[in-house]
Amino acid sequence: MPIYLDHNAGAPLRTEARAAIASLLDEPGGNPASVHRAGQRARRALERARAEVAELIGAAPRQITFTSGGSESNNLAIFGATANARGRRVVSSAIEHSSILAPLNELDARGFEIIRIAPDRDGRIAPASVVAALDENTALLTLALANAEVGTIQDLAPLRSHAVRVGAMFHIDAAQAVGRIPVDVESLGCDLMTLSGHKLGAPAGIGVLYVRDAARIAPTILGGPQENALRAGTPNLLGAVAFGAAAHAAAALMAEESARIAGLAARLLMNLSAAIPGLSLNGPLTGRLSNTLNLTFPGVLGESMLIALDLEGVQLSMGSACAAGAVEPSHVLIAMGRSVAEARSSLRISLGWSTSAEEIDAAISIIAPVWRRVAEAEPARDGAEIAR
Amino acid sequence: MSAQRVLVAMSGGVDSSVAAALLREQGYDVVGIAMRLAPEPSSPVSKRRGTCCSHDDFEDARRVAELMDFPFYVVDLRAEFASRVVDNFVSEYLRGRTPNPCVMCNREIKFDRLWYRARAIGADLVATGHYARIECDRDHDGDRYRLLRAADASKDQSYFLFNLGQTELARTLFPLGAMTKAEVRARARALGLANADKPESQEICFVPDGDYASFVERLARPAEIRTGRVVDLNGRTLATHGGVHRFTVGQRRGLGVAAGEPLYVREIRTAAGEVVVAPRGRLFARGLEAAHVRLVDPSFAADADAPIEVKIRYRHPSLRATLTMRSADRAEVRFTSEGPAVTPGQACVFYRGDEVVGGGFIERAIEA
Repeated sequence: MPIYLDHNAGAPLRTEARAAIASLLDEPGGNPASVHRAGQRARRALERARAEVAELIGAAPRQITFTSGGSESNNLAIFGATANARGRRVVSSAIEHSSILAPLNELDARGFEIIRIAPDRDGRIAPASVVAALDENTALLTLALANAEVGTIQDLAPLRSHAVRVGAMFHIDAAQAVGRIPVDVESLGCDLMTLSGHKLGAPAGIGVLYVRDAARIAPTILGGPQENALRAGTPNLLGAVAFGAAAHAAAALMAEESARIAGLAARLLMNLSAAIPGLSLNGPLTGRLSNTLNLTFPGVLGESMLIALDLEGVQLSMGSACAAGAVEPSHVLIAMGRSVAEARSSLRISLGWSTSAEEIDAAISIIAPVWRRVAEAEPARDGAEIAR
Repeated sequence: MSAQRVLVAMSGGVDSSVAAALLREQGYDVVGIAMRLAPEPSSPVSKRRGTCCSHDDFEDARRVAELMDFPFYVVDLRAEFASRVVDNFVSEYLRGRTPNPCVMCNREIKFDRLWYRARAIGADLVATGHYARIECDRDHDGDRYRLLRAADASKDQSYFLFNLGQTELARTLFPLGAMTKAEVRARARALGLANADKPESQEICFVPDGDYASFVERLARPAEIRTGRVVDLNGRTLATHGGVHRFTVGQRRGLGVAAGEPLYVREIRTAAGEVVVAPRGRLFARGLEAAHVRLVDPSFAADADAPIEVKIRYRHPSLRATLTMRSADRAEVRFTSEGPAVTPGQACVFYRGDEVVGGGFIERAIEA
């Protein structure tokens, strides 16, 4: 069995999510909007799922809007919050997910002023820089709570009062954080928050946008009045119930699971550091998602490592893979001050609920020898292609 | 004992697909690799929509891998391709020469850079869908590898592979060398490969519109463009031109001159910016000087005037000639009878029968 260490790209389906899907598979259809009893059952299941997700982040169920995933939630947040805003500035960072960066580029093309705050070498966004960028013309502040590639957790709670002061909406992309660290919309004080189903053990194709006040954003998908009229279309019921079940399980198991995963990740890092001279961790030692290890492997191309490790049964990732399969250097690592060469030599290992101690031991015994083989095979002859 | 791992370079075309499928059938541990080589087109729309995710050719290769059940990956060799192939292509044209980027790509990328990737993923061998054969003579001195023309003379690609030495041949497989193109297509259909009847790619992959001159002009600095005059054999100006990179020796069309008889480019004098044109009867050469010569088997002792056949362009028949090595990597080739126009920059490949002895790049024609 391959060792799956790419939970930040997508976690395996949780047992509870699988059971929730299975419980509905034999239902005779049922549109939650229908009057008949099949529809009523569907509606009940959907609303229970909504309540479970709401509970995970301390929200009210009516504030939970189901979407097709984190990317749609981010698009809805950005375009929805700016559609009718008077302000023409959006404050964000240089290390956001592509589903934030691309909508912001689009807004840029439409005449908005986009402030992309650079992080420090550990991927932290200084709250003071954010505060300095907020002005009366700011329509939206959007930042990720935890970075997908390096795991850096941002200190966002202090920003609420500043966003309120200038009248900006405050959106948090919590897709990677939710289910791994406690997340509470009240203590963070955000207006909007993105959640992604498949990051915490539901299938891909279901996401959530938390919306504090539905009156303050405009829908981007128009049609029926579903989801508080914020997102037209018959909801993905199977996805939603899986999300609800996964959220419930993640909340119940979080303390135990995160301690266990932190221990495994620490063991992995310690052993790899001992076996690989010059290995370096990207991101802070503390204040980081403990499941995420972004590592620069000296003297190798990450792309070769990725393929070699996959052939040996260890699955991890590098930057953001695209469908063609080739990999671009991570924009996050570049923004954190790493060279292109260092970025090309870096891989992301992300553990999760399914990761076992045996898998980590096996991964240790595979990764170090593969690194040695790749490093010997691939002398850097074309300038500074790879980190030394 | 586990199967020997082989990296198969896959383009998505029928040849490399069948090559991979055959090796898989023969029991090799096949890993399919597609190379990203050419820079992405950079129109704003395609950038936003991420054209890097829509390589249809890679998808064809991926489907073959799924069908034949072997792993498949895409590797990014754009930087290496740019510095080792494209830069050379541009600078050769700017020097008034006519490069052959496929030869350079084989030498620098497929049988060099890709080989390092192969070792990194634990593969001992690199295979491609080239039509050429490798044979190995084993005797007490060790193995001696020979590079041979393909069985299908109409598809033979040994011309592009003359740079492979003993080291490279020892780690390379050409599974299609003994097959005809028709057999390869039939095999692809029998295997159910969707690309069985895909048309051949003809153009240079990084200049899909075939407009080399514009491509060179986009990448050149303005000061590198050598403009000047089109002149006849007496030095008389017939026209002016926008750069020597727009011409190739032997070219007839697009000279911008009107004359009673058809004129052809006979010589490009880059330093002077002169393109010399002449009637067909004044184009012929006696032989050529070759640089960057490599011999497939370095122990091949090219005595003075060793009889060979030489190919001076891919689509040219071989010419009978004699080969004399002037130094370790320079050679003089004299045609047995008068030969056609010789184009500096093109590869010239030396054969004895079906065997590739070596080759190099044409430096200049020998007139007498």
